[in-house]
Amino acid sequence: MHATVDTPAPTSAPDAGDPIVRFRGVNKRFGDLHVLRDLDFDVGPAEKVAIIGPSGSGKTTILRVLMTLVRPDSGEIVVDGEHLYHRRVGDRLVPADERHLRKVRTNIGMVFQHFNLFPHMRVLRNVTEAPIHVLGLSKAEATERATGLLEMVGLGDKLDAYPSQLSGGQKQRVAIARALAMRPKVMLFDEVTSALDPELVGEVLSIIRKLAEEGDMAMLIVTHEMSFARDIADRVVFFDNGQVAEQGPPADIFTAPSNPRTQEFLKAVLQH
Amino acid sequence: MFDFITFRWDGEFALSILPQLLRAAVITLQATVVGFALAVVIGLAFALLRRGPRPISWPAGFVVEFLRSTPLLVQLYVLYFLLPAYGIRFDAFTTGVIGLGLHYGAYLSEVYRAGIASVDEGQWEAATALNFGRLHIWRTIVLPQAVPPMVPAFGNYFIVMFKETPLLSAITVTELMQTAKIIGSRSFNYVEPYTLVGAIFFLMSYPAALLVNRLEARLARNR
Ligand SMILES: Nc1ncnc2c1ncn2[C@@H]1O[C@H](COP(=O)(O)OP(=O)(O)OP(=O)(O)O)[C@@H](O)[C@H]1O
Ligand SMILES: [Mg+2]
Repeated sequence: MHATVDTPAPTSAPDAGDPIVRFRGVNKRFGDLHVLRDLDFDVGPAEKVAIIGPSGSGKTTILRVLMTLVRPDSGEIVVDGEHLYHRRVGDRLVPADERHLRKVRTNIGMVFQHFNLFPHMRVLRNVTEAPIHVLGLSKAEATERATGLLEMVGLGDKLDAYPSQLSGGQKQRVAIARALAMRPKVMLFDEVTSALDPELVGEVLSIIRKLAEEGDMAMLIVTHEMSFARDIADRVVFFDNGQVAEQGPPADIFTAPSNPRTQEFLKAVLQH
Repeated sequence: MFDFITFRWDGEFALSILPQLLRAAVITLQATVVGFALAVVIGLAFALLRRGPRPISWPAGFVVEFLRSTPLLVQLYVLYFLLPAYGIRFDAFTTGVIGLGLHYGAYLSEVYRAGIASVDEGQWEAATALNFGRLHIWRTIVLPQAVPPMVPAFGNYFIVMFKETPLLSAITVTELMQTAKIIGSRSFNYVEPYTLVGAIFFLMSYPAALLVNRLEARLARNR
């Protein structure tokens, strides 16, 4: 599946069992607010991780740091064997420049809460633009890839539509196709259904579910949909106060959480 | 001697100077179009520089504020009389067009700034997540969304600039105003040439203003 994405040889070849994403001692402050606190956190290759936790606990910030939208203050992040924010010069790690970020970023994709489609481009071009201009695919190859993905998300008949002509659920499905077209090894989903009308949530979740079942892409899913998290996740991470407060298989977290904060949180969200 | 009571509009004289004035109107238009094209490029450059790191954005901001808060006439004099002293020499028309481009470029840079700021932050984020290069983001994602809402403001500045071109007469560009002045001093008849200049300006800028209004209305509808 990743054949056309050139992944440069990592500094030390990762084993199949090595995490695809590794956070070590990552800190992020916004002014006085300490949002990520010495965060250690791994994601295995092809692992599906659901991140849950109270509002403001830093869930979005982890994804944004990993997507290089927010630079952490300290700590290390390794993606597929390569440092994200550092470059190896001899035995030393130096802060990465934009060129290095672009190289490592090819492994990561993201789907946003508010879709962020390009409103002035038709659906097809939303999906082909990056494969053509970033991956260097020919227009024909990119179109073929995009058409396949748009059919997969059930929008094969909307190629020529503009985003403004689509429903929220359709927009989010285009956004998923657009991110998939880059064939990332890790895909980040930040509350991708919370801006949708309730009746449109299902169509988006079912696509993510399908992706989760297909397999080889690691997925980091921030969500408030607890039953969805329970269904698709290999591991559920309860995030609190900028740290992993508790994690484990969904069955354990949802039925027998050990941390009182988790218990409290689940009680609150599962009640309504 | 000029006498208000006995003054008569000399139709024949007016008609005889019309061709010369129309040729001058072409110069006026050329100065406007070239000056504005320059302002569009300079304005974008200023806007981008002002978004850069501080050592770049501060000087750029200073230059923009300077250009905006000093009269165009003074700027034209500086370009025309001062620069040659430093060995930089352009003809009057080129100097005038550069002056217009700089002055209005400073104003347009503010229009660009507002337009660029109006593009949702999420567009930058999505573009970064898709790993586009900076230049590509500017060219194909940000500017195509930032520019259409700027069009009416651009149109208005175009018309304002058009009406300011008589200032170029101060540095001897033979545009409409300068030509009228020359005709007047040659024939001692000032009323006909200046009246015609006013009429020519009105006939060109009024339809242009209507066009801008319609554009604005259409953009508002498409929102
Ligand atoms: N760019 C920023 N500048 C200042 N503060 C920020 C910024 N981004 C996030 N924060 C703050 O950091 C904290 C963590 O934010 P984050 O968005 O990661 O929380 P979250 O867990 O995703 O919450 P939610 O469930 O509400 O989405 C919040 O208090 C938020 O207000
Ligand atoms: Mg969030």
